[in-house]
Amino acid sequence: MSILEEHIASSAGIGISASRPDGKEKARGDFLFSNDLSSEDMLWGQTLRSPYPSAKIKRIDYSRALAMEGVHAILTAGDVPGENIFGLEHPDQPVLAFDVVRYVGEPVAIVAANHPEVAKKAVDAIIVDYEILEPMVDSEEAIYSDPIHPEGNVIRHLVIRHGNPDVVGSIIVEGEYEVGMQDQAFLGTESGIAFPSSDGGVNLHISTQWLHSDRDQVASALNLPNELVRVSLAGVGGAFGGREDVSMHVHLCMLAMHTGRPVKMIYDRNESFLGHVHRHPAKIWFRHHADESGLLINVEAKVILDGGAYASTTSAVLANACCFSVGPYSVPNALIEGWGVRTNNPPCGAMRGFGNVQTCFAAEAQMDKIAKALSIDPVELRLLNALETGDTLITGQEITGTAPISEVLTSLASYPLPEAGTNAILELPGGTGRTTDKSHVKRGIGYAASIKNLMFSEGFDDFSEARCIITDGEVSIQSACVEVGQGFVTLVNQIVEETLGLTEVTLLPVDTSIGSAGSTSASRQTWMSGGAVLKACEAVVDALLSDLASESGISYEKIGLSLISTDGSDSIGIVSALHGRNYDEHVTHRHHPTFPLDRNGQGDAHVSFAFAAHRAVVDVDEELGLVRVVEIATSQDVGRILNPVQAKGQIEGGVAQGLGLALLEELILVDGKIVNANFTDYLLPTAMDTPPIEIAALIEQPEPGAPFGAKGIGEPPVISSTPAIVAAIRDATALELSRVPVKPEDIALTD
Amino acid sequence: MGIGKTSGEYELIVNGSKFSISDSWLGESLLYVLRERLGLYGSKNACEQGECGSCSVMMDDVLVCSCLVLAANAKGREIRTIESVADGDELSDVQKAFIDTGAIQCGFCTPGLLVTIHDFLDSNPEPDQSEIKEAISGNLCRCTGYGRIVEAVQLVSIRRSKRDS
Ligand code: FES
Ligand code: FES
Repeated sequence: MSILEEHIASSAGIGISASRPDGKEKARGDFLFSNDLSSEDMLWGQTLRSPYPSAKIKRIDYSRALAMEGVHAILTAGDVPGENIFGLEHPDQPVLAFDVVRYVGEPVAIVAANHPEVAKKAVDAIIVDYEILEPMVDSEEAIYSDPIHPEGNVIRHLVIRHGNPDVVGSIIVEGEYEVGMQDQAFLGTESGIAFPSSDGGVNLHISTQWLHSDRDQVASALNLPNELVRVSLAGVGGAFGGREDVSMHVHLCMLAMHTGRPVKMIYDRNESFLGHVHRHPAKIWFRHHADESGLLINVEAKVILDGGAYASTTSAVLANACCFSVGPYSVPNALIEGWGVRTNNPPCGAMRGFGNVQTCFAAEAQMDKIAKALSIDPVELRLLNALETGDTLITGQEITGTAPISEVLTSLASYPLPEAGTNAILELPGGTGRTTDKSHVKRGIGYAASIKNLMFSEGFDDFSEARCIITDGEVSIQSACVEVGQGFVTLVNQIVEETLGLTEVTLLPVDTSIGSAGSTSASRQTWMSGGAVLKACEAVVDALLSDLASESGISYEKIGLSLISTDGSDSIGIVSALHGRNYDEHVTHRHHPTFPLDRNGQGDAHVSFAFAAHRAVVDVDEELGLVRVVEIATSQDVGRILNPVQAKGQIEGGVAQGLGLALLEELILVDGKIVNANFTDYLLPTAMDTPPIEIAALIEQPEPGAPFGAKGIGEPPVISSTPAIVAAIRDATALELSRVPVKPEDIALTD
Repeated sequence: MGIGKTSGEYELIVNGSKFSISDSWLGESLLYVLRERLGLYGSKNACEQGECGSCSVMMDDVLVCSCLVLAANAKGREIRTIESVADGDELSDVQKAFIDTGAIQCGFCTPGLLVTIHDFLDSNPEPDQSEIKEAISGNLCRCTGYGRIVEAVQLVSIRRSKRDS
């Protein structure tokens, strides 16, 4: 153990339930979210969007709109100063549509006016002549039909061939599954403000997940060097993947630069549903082969993800869906074929769980089918097949880190079940509606387990920069890591306290004046930016020890020992040693490299893996098709708990989103148009829908190479909670239920 | 200003102070006026359709969604917003409990929930879990799954009964 590691182990910052440094401001209503920013002479921006899923733009006439009192600018494709194209992984989407529109909601023109209502009226007054085309809205047909985009309809076709895919099992189960389009539905809609700057550049304040990716895309569209586009983080009201892509960013900057005035934009809820990517709807076919003992011997699958009109992160989402399609189980032979497809549906991209969600729902249903066919307990079957350290994934990658799936499953299964319901009205599936007849209520129990890759995969150069600055005994930390609510700001304080013993930490403004921290996604920021902050603090300690050594002539190691000794009488303590000294350490943190998948889908493409399992208990009113989730219990592989309360919050929040996908949440499309883009018809779980979430165990087996041994914890809760709930409904009703969300008619209106 | 009818001049009483609103459009909601004209950004706008509760304020001691109230119709009424919940620098007991239990993540739902919970606990000081859930079911939170929030309400209830006994 290094001196520093000993120091870390003896300190108190990590592992305690420190409270959020921004909690007070947020509780007072003083915290500034992106939509709370304003400026004296600002204008309001508004976007004209396509009403059609596929059409040619014949003519745009905005003369009447521009003549309206209070309207300052109307801009269209021809006004984009640089490349009229952007994209998170790959540029393929116009900033403003110029010849065709490919989905309902695609931006066509932007307006700046002196009042948001004026801007809306101006948008309504713009005349666009469209030649309406037949939209391609079926992801399966899209694979073989005429391209809707110059780059074709197949964004990625991925085949994973592992072992001998021709092996036939004595038990074969087959199924077709579907996952509907879920939305991140963060509460704070897209918003921001852009200021033109006197050097010809622009300052953009926006809620996002990745400042530097935004900066690069905006600069290219504005034809500006990166240095002239300064992106600052404005308070983020939740993200969950939906803010990884550029939305209004370029539009705001164009309007600000054109008018020479600050421009603010806020999407309303309806526009927010149109203005960001969604979770990919999926069609999945599985055939599992097992031997008579239940051991998996081969898995075949076909996976189609509907990427909508533009690529966004479809390629990486598909990789996740395929690489982890079989779940946290050892499978010697597999043939998985996946397609990420373009259609004229709304674009899809990142959402918490990122591809693993879709195939986990299907694969876990398959596991239950095998258990049923063999009359094995579902947990036993999962334990029998559970991956362990040293096992190989279907991509040929060996798991070198921790893989406590057995511990996760065993602890969950032994957690006590909730008691039978009291039959109080609020505890029946009909709830406050008082519609449930008790005699129709059946209870069911279901289990599911999951695997999630942490951080970016397939050879991406994934890094985060951080600075630790000590001035006269005061510490400041700089990082471009985006806080979306997950608690990175708390963790920074904990890391500083752990390493430097200082409790007062200033987190410098989060902007592009430092290098990238990467995206707040992929369960990566604790490892990546937490790791960077840790390294920067360690670099300060290191520099301090070197200085003390050269000043005193005592060896570095000895000074280290005396500095950190908790009982040594001659310990001067790091805080007082730092006093009067100044340091500024700037570091870059990387995880170990990953590699692309080869043409058989084999390769060490992923960094590390986290596992979770969920058990759902439901009461189902079979007559009305209503489901009340009584309890969700979970165990999760966390590596090490850094902040117990924040960990609990991540788990509860993630499970609620998994419940949403299981029972409530779906953007319903009719001919490519979302027909429920509002909170009246897109149903988010309320407090009444969300059951107590019991944490059976958090398994702490430190992950080698991870800062503090901690694994990311944000995504696993959302992945296996959905299939556990559906398994519980199946247990209660004996229905097949191969599609989520499960709706009342799927239960009540069956023969 | 390009949107036709203005509502002339009217006065709002917000957090005990009088504000005169002039040259505003007749269709402006109370939420819009609080935020964009009075700079009281604590009330949030997540749906502007009465579904999420993040714009919750008290109007003459009745909990309302300020997005559904026309500002011009609120004249003469006593409006209290999240900005009045703390007593100067001193946080209210519910605000403190939110911080203590980890009920705040992104915090976008927080102001609306705090206004709602203060109102609820005034009328039901010792609620059970399902009463709490019902009381906050008009406030959406996308981050927390509500567990920490329910715990915060329970904590306040316990702390208040200890204080009073
Ligand atoms: S903003 Fe008023 S209820 Fe949602
Ligand atoms: S804390 Fe983010 S919506 Fe509630």
